[in-house]
Amino acid sequence: MQTATPTPQISAPQITALDHTLLALADPTRRAILQRLCDQGGEARVTDLAVPFAMSLNAVSKHIRLLERADLVRRRKQGREHLLSFNPAPLTQAERWIAERKAMWERRLDALGDFLNATKPEQEGKAP
Amino acid sequence: MSQPMNQPMSQYSVTHADFTITRVYDAAPARVYAAFADAEAKRRWFYCHPEWQVEHDLDFRPGGRETVRTGPGVGNDGGSTGSGGTVHLCEALYHDTVPGQRIVWSYAMHLDARRISVSLVTVQFEAEGHGRTRLTFTEQGAYLDGWTDVAGREEGTRIGLDNLAQDLRRQQAA
Repeated sequence: MQTATPTPQISAPQITALDHTLLALADPTRRAILQRLCDQGGEARVTDLAVPFAMSLNAVSKHIRLLERADLVRRRKQGREHLLSFNPAPLTQAERWIAERKAMWERRLDALGDFLNATKPEQEGKAP
Repeated sequence: MSQPMNQPMSQYSVTHADFTITRVYDAAPARVYAAFADAEAKRRWFYCHPEWQVEHDLDFRPGGRETVRTGPGVGNDGGSTGSGGTVHLCEALYHDTVPGQRIVWSYAMHLDARRISVSLVTVQFEAEGHGRTRLTFTEQGAYLDGWTDVAGREEGTRIGLDNLAQDLRRQQAA
């Protein structure tokens, strides 16, 4: 992720990050790995994560590396263990957040309209 | 709020953005303005989550402050300390209040201890005739890095990854 993004429009450096994200999500196995990590909520060991997948640990590790490159998965070493965790940041782009903020104000200003209609005095709203 | 020391510097990001919303209300400017200026009136429309309790203080004048503190845990047993759930805190400072004309304020949003945005808001009221008012709301904001972790904690487990991938493809194609 870039340290500073001047506008919510997608600038060139962001497209690179987005490309990694899209490539990582393009494969159903990687989506399943991510979903499993996501469902677990916290950290998981590579070996545990690989259990339900009908493929070698090596193959799963390759998928995980692509998820790490996209920063969707973070890896932490604890002794001899490698613990993985889901990082939602690349999925929740700033644009999404700003769109939510705008939607919040739209709901509020609609509620203001309802409030004004509900509290309408007798004289108001008639042509001057 | 200090970040853990092992976080890379790239964790600190800022996105600048602004947006405008326009509404026409069937009410005179003075009444629309009053819905912002009067705390009792504002409480009737301002809160986004009616199921949450809200602690609200409003000192509506230039230099006056407003605090809105809410969230699933606010007001339950623990009073202002809350118990469980993210606390949403909005701290505003009013800069300009011209009755029936405009209001300018700045506000910072916090989720728990994280400052997620600092914004400047301008609301303009224009008489539209027939007792109507055109309201123009403009927010110019600095959206900070802190929201990603919190948003992830609250929504990460509910993310439909397939939908999201489609969404991102659309963004990229745009």
